[in-house]
Amino acid sequence: MTILTQVLNGLQLGSIYALVALGYTMVYGIILLLNFAHGDIIMVGAYVSWLVMAQLGLSPVIAIVLSIGACTLLGVLIDKVAYAPLRNAPRLSILITAIGVSYFLENGAQLVFGADAKVVPSFTDLSATGVGILTIVVTAVCTVVLTLLVQKSKIGKAMRAVSEDMGAARLMGINVNHTISFTFAVGSALAGVGAVLYTMAYTQATPTMGMMLGTKAFVAAVLGGIGSIPGAVVGGLLVGFAEVLVTAIGLSTWKDAVVFLLLIIVLIVKPTGIFGRSMSEKV
Amino acid sequence: MPSTNRKRSALVQLETPNLIPERDLGHTPVLEAQHLGIEFGGLKAVDDFNIAMGRTEISGLIGPNGAGKTTIFNLLTNVYRPTRGTVLLDGVDTAGKSVAEVNKMGIARTFQNIRLFNDMTVEQNVLVGFGNAMTTHLLTDMLRLPGHWKQEAEFHERALELLDIFDMRGFADTWAGNLPYGAQRRLEILRALATGPKVLLLDEPAAGMNPAETEELMENIQKIRDEFQIAILLIEHDMSLVMGVCEVVGVLDYGRIIAKGTPEEIQNDPKVIEAYLGKQEVN
Amino acid sequence: MDTQNADARPVISARASSASASGTRKTLPMPVRYAINAVLVLIFLVVGELMIDGGVITRYQSTVLEQVGIYIILAVSLNIATGYLGQLPLGHAGFMSVGGYGCAIFLTRMMPVLGLTARDFVTGSPVCVFLLIGGLLVGGVCAAICGIIIGIPALRLKGDYLAIITLAFSEIIRVVMLNIDAVVGFKLTGGAAGLTGIPGYTNFLNVFITVVVVCFLIHTMMKSRHGRAILAIRDNEIAAEASGVNTTYYKTLAFVVSAFFAGVAGGLYAGCIGVMQPAVFGFMKSIEILVMVVLGGMGSMLGSVISATFLTILPEALRAFSEYRMIVYAVVLILVMIFRPQGLLGSYDFSLSRIIERVMNRDFPWKKKQTVRAEEVSADA
Repeated sequence: MTILTQVLNGLQLGSIYALVALGYTMVYGIILLLNFAHGDIIMVGAYVSWLVMAQLGLSPVIAIVLSIGACTLLGVLIDKVAYAPLRNAPRLSILITAIGVSYFLENGAQLVFGADAKVVPSFTDLSATGVGILTIVVTAVCTVVLTLLVQKSKIGKAMRAVSEDMGAARLMGINVNHTISFTFAVGSALAGVGAVLYTMAYTQATPTMGMMLGTKAFVAAVLGGIGSIPGAVVGGLLVGFAEVLVTAIGLSTWKDAVVFLLLIIVLIVKPTGIFGRSMSEKV
Repeated sequence: MPSTNRKRSALVQLETPNLIPERDLGHTPVLEAQHLGIEFGGLKAVDDFNIAMGRTEISGLIGPNGAGKTTIFNLLTNVYRPTRGTVLLDGVDTAGKSVAEVNKMGIARTFQNIRLFNDMTVEQNVLVGFGNAMTTHLLTDMLRLPGHWKQEAEFHERALELLDIFDMRGFADTWAGNLPYGAQRRLEILRALATGPKVLLLDEPAAGMNPAETEELMENIQKIRDEFQIAILLIEHDMSLVMGVCEVVGVLDYGRIIAKGTPEEIQNDPKVIEAYLGKQEVN
Repeated sequence: MDTQNADARPVISARASSASASGTRKTLPMPVRYAINAVLVLIFLVVGELMIDGGVITRYQSTVLEQVGIYIILAVSLNIATGYLGQLPLGHAGFMSVGGYGCAIFLTRMMPVLGLTARDFVTGSPVCVFLLIGGLLVGGVCAAICGIIIGIPALRLKGDYLAIITLAFSEIIRVVMLNIDAVVGFKLTGGAAGLTGIPGYTNFLNVFITVVVVCFLIHTMMKSRHGRAILAIRDNEIAAEASGVNTTYYKTLAFVVSAFFAGVAGGLYAGCIGVMQPAVFGFMKSIEILVMVVLGGMGSMLGSVISATFLTILPEALRAFSEYRMIVYAVVLILVMIFRPQGLLGSYDFSLSRIIERVMNRDFPWKKKQTVRAEEVSADA
């Protein structure tokens, strides 16, 4: 029974990481940017849930809708304000900008909401096991829908085209800016879903919650091979399981170190991650 | 395997001695490639490439775009690891050596798309090349011990002397990125010379030059050979340059040498006219 | 147009001849240059010490000055990896903490052996001076060893991957510092509560001297064949390799030197604050240092020095607004990247001797127009 619980815990945590990792992977796939602010979008989502339910006393359904909506908008807004002006700038500049945005959101939240944790009321009457299963199911559905979207739909094809070659895609009549915005919207919406699922399980919102969650999810994305949808899911589950395992054997204080060590080992053995494609510069 | 390779390149009679100029006969070839080949995902980019260069020979590689000329340079300098074959520099196998080590062994090159250190001055660019000959220890340099001053003064002088070859002394303190195009190409050659090569590989040195500049380049190539007593292998589309300066010309098509000989022989070879020059005339 | 049809050579030789005229340009001999800088440093030092001794600068203000110096070392050392090598390591705070712990543990363990007390450091007995130098070197070496361990795998990766692997390493360092006591079985780092009882050996004098020495060593390294190799890698890695630069070696070197000086800064930090806590050296500390480098201009030592000074003093001066400090940091970082990605000073580096030389040669900025025109002509050719 305990083993089953642990497996469920691992799957649940892994699912949340996977959802967040998908956002990292999509954005990286299209504009080769490590969106450091992605984790903080989740934090904003969690605060929106708290605002709607604990402060305004509205129903969880509205909270869910508003959280996801806020995350989506925020993601697109960040791209338009901070990243779009730097499309042709050196990679380092955009990366530093992303760090700046992350810094901004975290400290902004601290300023507005204070440094202490806010307790988010429970969304459902489900038991912990129920929430766990719900998380896994929602993640699975999201992954399938996302895969179909990227593989089958017109905008999905546009996304793939832009990620292959932005210049050529533009010449083929694809609205590149539109496609990038759409990618940010989808990635951030997934972060919103992740925020709701996270707060369901852990019922807390703090200004810095996005940082660790985001960093781990990012590790998951890199582990799986950044740019790859199945990679993000596999990486997420791997990180989730690793954490649960380390905690289960009584070394919970070392779990962050283990996750990062896992990343380092994978990067050394296979620098492009498990499902990653290699890219090399033409001489 | 070698036998099939041989059949495929039946156009070249391998048994005929390489066309090493008379003055170089009796020495070991400075650069030798034997059955060099590389595949990219099953496609034979270069197949059974053979060359033996005399110590002071100037030879040329011509061929249509995509024939594999630059790939051969990348193979000779170990940027790519060959699927088959060996490269001998002065009789020493270069297999397993890094790009930098190959350069230290004596192969220097320039690039088709100029690759200078744009944010460094012209003199510093040359000094990076002279790095191979500089020996001071890090601490000697950091603590500014006498050895540092002696060496810097010596190589400052040598750098300026090298720049004199192309009348570029006056540019010594200019940022390399601010140089006019032709001067950038010249600087790249000088930087390569500074590394103290036995063989100099020039990748389309006349690209983007007007006829007057090309003529000057032709003189310069001969001047370099005479002054430094090195072998020069060049890739070029400009027929006047190739025919004017090269003692031996190899024609590459679809990764294979289809003809080899003196410029006169090549010009009159019907296969070459058909495969290469003919095509160009149509264009 | 006429110049274009003509041979390119006349233009170049024209330039060459005009340059040979400037070849006779007056320059300062090296010893004089060093003397000028030494005098400058001495004036600074004496004025600072006099102001502290005379009570013009309060105890609190001199602590702030010490921190300014520590952040200057951190920024200029990170600048090696970021500005000169062109990589983006996100674990500088990790090196700083390793150095800090290394130095503090070494000193606190050596003190009973040598029969020293914390007071001896304040009075500054000769033994303490040597011990302190030893401690800072130990801190630096510890950090440099971590730099090698991190650098060898990390530098095989490019850009973003390097950033993230260094971040991962510094997080691991933090977790290790937090939990190592339970593993080794005795009090080494003091865990979350922190390492206490560190003597207050840091003062304006030794911070200032360290800053000068570090800046000098980084400057001299960069203006040598080793520095040129590092810059060449940043500018064009493929060309650098083809020119005989052992890219793996020089990347690791830049990384390790960067880590070493961060460790030294960590050692001073430990003596300045008096407590070492792992939580202080998180990701945010690394970012703070990165902001200083980016803001000042990547590749500009003076830029790092100015922005480290500014960004350390400003928050102290504006304590009332400390809540907004981080937000302002973030906004400034984003705006700088959008509007001036090369940083405030770009890669410009200040040199007093160069300015003196200009005055000697009557080569003033407002007289520059002619040269520019000459360059335009040659660019047309």
